[in-house]
Amino acid sequence: MATSVLEHRAPAMTHTYSKTGLWSWITTVDHKRIGILYGATAFLFFLLGGVEALIIRLQLMGPNGTLVDPDTYNALFTMHGTTMIFLGVMPLSAAFFNFFIPIQIGARDVAFPRLNAFSYWVFLLGGIFINVSFLVGAPPDGGWFGYANLTSSRVMEATAAAPAPGMNIDFWVIGLQILGIASIAAALNFFVTIVNLRAPGMKMLRMPMFVWMSFVVQILLLLAFPVITVALVYLMMDRNFGSSFFMPDGGGDPIMWQHLFWIFGHPEVYILILPAFGIASEVLPVFSRKPLFGYTAMVFSGIFIGFVGFGVWSHHMFATGMGPFADTFFSLATMVIAIPTGVKIFNWIGTMWGGSLRYTSAMMFSIAMVALFIIGGLSGVMHASPPADLQQTDTYFIVAHFHYVLFGGSIFGLTSGAYYWWPKMFGRLLHEGLGKVHFWLMFVGMNLTFFPMHILGLNGMPRRVYTYPEGLNFEFWNQIETVGAFLIAAGFLVFIVNIIKTWIGPKNAPADPWHGATLEWSIPSPPQEFNFPKLPVVGSSMPQWDARRAAGGHLPEPALVSGDDIPMPNPSYWPLMAAIGVVLVLGSLLFVRIWPHWWQFMIASTLFLFFSVFKWAFEPTGH
Amino acid sequence: MDKGLRRAWRAWLARALGLGLLLFVAACAKDYPQTTLAPKSDITRMIDSLFRTTFWWATAVFILVEGALVYALWRFRAKPGDPEPAQHHGNTTVEIVWTVIPAIILVFIAIPTVKTIFKTSVPAPNPDVEVEVIGHQWWWEYRFPKLGIVTANELVVPQGKMIGLRMWSADVLHSWWSPQLASKRDVFPIFSQTKFKKVNPLWFTADTVGDYTGQCAELCGIQHGRMGLRVIVKSQADFDQWVAATRLGSPLVNGGKIDPGLDSSWKSDTIHTKGQAAFLAGGCISCHAMVGTPLAGALKLRGPNLSHVGGRTTIGANMYENTPTNLAQWLRDPQGMKKGSHMILPRPLTEPEISALVAYLRMHK
Repeated sequence: MATSVLEHRAPAMTHTYSKTGLWSWITTVDHKRIGILYGATAFLFFLLGGVEALIIRLQLMGPNGTLVDPDTYNALFTMHGTTMIFLGVMPLSAAFFNFFIPIQIGARDVAFPRLNAFSYWVFLLGGIFINVSFLVGAPPDGGWFGYANLTSSRVMEATAAAPAPGMNIDFWVIGLQILGIASIAAALNFFVTIVNLRAPGMKMLRMPMFVWMSFVVQILLLLAFPVITVALVYLMMDRNFGSSFFMPDGGGDPIMWQHLFWIFGHPEVYILILPAFGIASEVLPVFSRKPLFGYTAMVFSGIFIGFVGFGVWSHHMFATGMGPFADTFFSLATMVIAIPTGVKIFNWIGTMWGGSLRYTSAMMFSIAMVALFIIGGLSGVMHASPPADLQQTDTYFIVAHFHYVLFGGSIFGLTSGAYYWWPKMFGRLLHEGLGKVHFWLMFVGMNLTFFPMHILGLNGMPRRVYTYPEGLNFEFWNQIETVGAFLIAAGFLVFIVNIIKTWIGPKNAPADPWHGATLEWSIPSPPQEFNFPKLPVVGSSMPQWDARRAAGGHLPEPALVSGDDIPMPNPSYWPLMAAIGVVLVLGSLLFVRIWPHWWQFMIASTLFLFFSVFKWAFEPTGH
Repeated sequence: MDKGLRRAWRAWLARALGLGLLLFVAACAKDYPQTTLAPKSDITRMIDSLFRTTFWWATAVFILVEGALVYALWRFRAKPGDPEPAQHHGNTTVEIVWTVIPAIILVFIAIPTVKTIFKTSVPAPNPDVEVEVIGHQWWWEYRFPKLGIVTANELVVPQGKMIGLRMWSADVLHSWWSPQLASKRDVFPIFSQTKFKKVNPLWFTADTVGDYTGQCAELCGIQHGRMGLRVIVKSQADFDQWVAATRLGSPLVNGGKIDPGLDSSWKSDTIHTKGQAAFLAGGCISCHAMVGTPLAGALKLRGPNLSHVGGRTTIGANMYENTPTNLAQWLRDPQGMKKGSHMILPRPLTEPEISALVAYLRMHK
């Protein structure tokens, strides 16, 4: 029986710590505060990635655009992709993992609270590290997919304009390794948390769908990130230490990079989308006043998508010429994924069918997520067909496809989660009117921006081009797209206004503003540090609806309790110190070619890292 | 909202939608010279017909599923005083049905897909014309080993003949894409003396005479965006004429050596002599093969073979029209014309040198 580790250990805390102020945030190990830190940081990076997108859109507004240089343009789309994936969508999902997985399974914290803080700090510092490249004038410019051998040596990048390019790709290679450490540590943590810390009675098949989808994501992270880490180490060796894993002139194979990258890269797509699926599966039942249709099918389709997702990577590589048999295998495997995805979509519609639908902002974003994901899924089936993909790959048709999936899917899902869970996280309800303005701006803007990309791609506009000539007639749809992109930006401005307005407004959120189904709605908004004064006992996948029904439809507001006798982990700054150590150790590799003392610096950083981990291991935890 | 207002609003919405649809149709009907939707060869027609099969299935699914969704959104919207809806947890029959139907649709897509894969993704069965395509940062080299031709950026082929391409790269990954004639394939670097040798095949038979644009489709560095190409389809007679002219001074014919009689007749032509002097003095020769120069027969120089550049329609990999003004500006400031390009002048050319070179290069068609 899974019960909380925290429940069984109860030595008294030796002293109390300040619960407010900057220091309390720096040393926090509370999963809710770490969740808020993840969310705030990721949102800032998301806005940065959005600004990069807007510059891209301005550059492409007309033929022969000259707003930015070709090299700057290459950096912009590289960093837009890298930022949105690793610093935007993944950590925004992590914000919700942190805040809600422990609460939804009825636990008081994650299994390893300090490791959780460590993950956040590594993510923050890694994100800063990779963006510092802009400040030193060497932003990564080899694409988010960093194909070797363009990226494997400075000789290949060299141009007359920049005869000896510097550390652009090094920032990317090392930055992604740093971020990978954060992801793997966090994935281990949530995996153990979900397996071990569920409240009494919460069997696996009673877990909320968000927890289920998050669980699948952690497994994908644990299996996919080691692959990209190895590939990045190889690439780093090629660039800095004279190896030739991917360099043909030294006997290496550039296609091996593509295989390694996409064995990570395709599961990564599901890492980005499954949390949004989870959120929609929470929101749709609550605002339809009906349970999720086909809970078990939803669970197993999610697992199936994650599993088969590891067997389709080469559909990114049909143009490499793998031969008819490999093409056939990867094509059919890809098409098979459409079946469980279809099951999910039908089950969401089934959930709403016969319900009583309340159109809150959260609900509208979730519905739009379903509607837009359908489009992304269908275009996905179109280029699962290798001959068709030979025309579509590396064109704007693909850009359209994955923005329908990742913007229409992930971002709409995560935004839905923000409106749904905001009152629980901050004790304040976001303004619904502004929420709807946000929704319509984003919905219209999203379709104006990304739908015409289908048309442009099929009509011959390739990806990653800094401009296009007049005669190809690409300008009309590009202008529409630029207008759409600014509508999306306006939508997010409205969202920011909503956040500020809510921030300065009163704490107006009851414990359960939406009549939610899951455990987070049974405790005060925002929750107290220990979440549950007494661990709940769970009898179904919708415990809060059970409680509400048992109480005759009306539940009293849960009272705040003192909780002095509930043991919680002590705050600690050693996770931050260890994170700094990690960034210094890996960051020292940036200087291999330019600073002869880089290895002494690396040894000193390693000693500092060991010291921090040592202090971390032996400090009293308060358990 | 009162009823009149609502009706007016609906009328406006209808008009806006109508206008939008018109605009959409107008914009779709526009001429896209690089479109994949107007195939002009055997292979692209096969691909297009497969795409259309998938497209119509997808459209049907889109209409049904989005239709069901929108219907549910309208039909089941909450009304004040709604009782709690029936608490369905699922329905096994329905769930089996909507798992099996998509699977059946996928079979209808998969069968033509696999058939087309085995037709398209194999080397040219029996090509009439063999061409080697070599990607360079940021231009394309074409060699016709049997016809003895080395040229750049513009691939000239005869109509109605099976063209077999064998493709690789001289530096990084590129992808040769001619949307109307051939679709695309990535090209991978082959350096001498290495084990990794991947030559990718592609083939097509062009339907009609014409001039088709295409471009590199794999990120290959700073000028990936302007690594264009052209495929010029000529009638067999015109093609034969082009071959005869372009063989002259080719590295693949007699090591680039030309008939001494022709050489001496050029020696009396001032355009030729002044231009060639500038070509040697300006340092062009260190990167470019050129008919009549000592390195006419070199194959591994960094820049494109210029022996018949006067006959090409564009310069800078389909970036600028091949006019005297553009050519002069290119020679004056290659970095301003194409930032990052590997064309580095050892010293700035003088204006007299530039005009001599322009006349010289244009003379050799």
